[in-house]
Amino acid sequence: MSDVDMNMPILIVDDYKTMLRIIRNLLKQLGFNNVDEATDGSSALQKLRGKQYSLIISDWNMEPMSGLQLLKECRADAHLKDLSFIMVTAESKTENVIAAKQAGVNNYIVKPFNAATLKKKLIAVLGNF
Amino acid sequence: MANMVREELLEKLQAFDSGKENANLEGLVDSLMQNIGEDAVETNHKILNEIGSVASYIHDTKRQLASLRPDEIKSDYLPTAADELDAIVGATEQATHNILSAMEQLEELAETLEDATVSEKINGAVTQVYEACSFQDITGQRISRVVNALQHVEQKVDKLLQAFGDDTVKGVGGGPEKSTSKRADGVNRPDEDLCNGPQMEGEGVSQDDIDALLGFD
Repeated sequence: MSDVDMNMPILIVDDYKTMLRIIRNLLKQLGFNNVDEATDGSSALQKLRGKQYSLIISDWNMEPMSGLQLLKECRADAHLKDLSFIMVTAESKTENVIAAKQAGVNNYIVKPFNAATLKKKLIAVLGNF
Repeated sequence: MANMVREELLEKLQAFDSGKENANLEGLVDSLMQNIGEDAVETNHKILNEIGSVASYIHDTKRQLASLRPDEIKSDYLPTAADELDAIVGATEQATHNILSAMEQLEELAETLEDATVSEKINGAVTQVYEACSFQDITGQRISRVVNALQHVEQKVDKLLQAFGDDTVKGVGGGPEKSTSKRADGVNRPDEDLCNGPQMEGEGVSQDDIDALLGFD
């Protein structure tokens, strides 16, 4: 029996449409079908304020608003501060990871990643499914 | 008379310092030489020779700059290189979408198969293709960094041309003042110093290191 609502609304954010499609397909394979997309932090924030999401999976390096800025905005917002946030990024320097952690990220996946890593991180954040 | 000459020289120096387009470095050196020449008897000849060398060096530099055709570098080569790189990003993106479309069809077909083992194997292979397709994101980011570097070079060439005057190379004028941002496109972000990925081999840390650092599973 899964602890996780597989129909939970998930928002994926990346400025590369191919990456959005890849993450959406990998999530679908894992059983998550209720997935929305945004291509930068600003549009993601708009969506987050217009609908209740359970999880956000976001890239870091986007313009005009980066994933880190989006994370900070979420943590500063009373309605979004508890939203589970996974950063999926090619930024793999220690200072990036520390900055994300200090900003309140729930987990961090470095690109390129595989389906097994994505599943492992989802379980770490959401629980077993 | 001496005061007038002094003021004139000071004006030229200030114009050169402020980077005005009409500031003429050669003219400045010539004026200095000419005025020092009036009192040449009392002037140290060594200084005069040094100034002559500077003038000669400037002449040579301008000639060498002109022979490099920086106007062509600025107007043709750099934009062409940036366009080519943009085209690579566009082409790989389109190709990746095509691959993903084919894989999505394959995945749907696999769901209709009665043999669960075969279906599972197909899905496993499709997953591997999805994972591999993330190359487009990584290469796209790397190419974007190269395009930014090219824009930065373009700005430097522009500044060089402005410093040496419009007449150095035909057809090159002083453009508007460009941003002093680290990024060539002028976009500034508070976390700009952290946006340097994808890291080159050996520069970043591994997923395991990140997990250890964060204390995550």
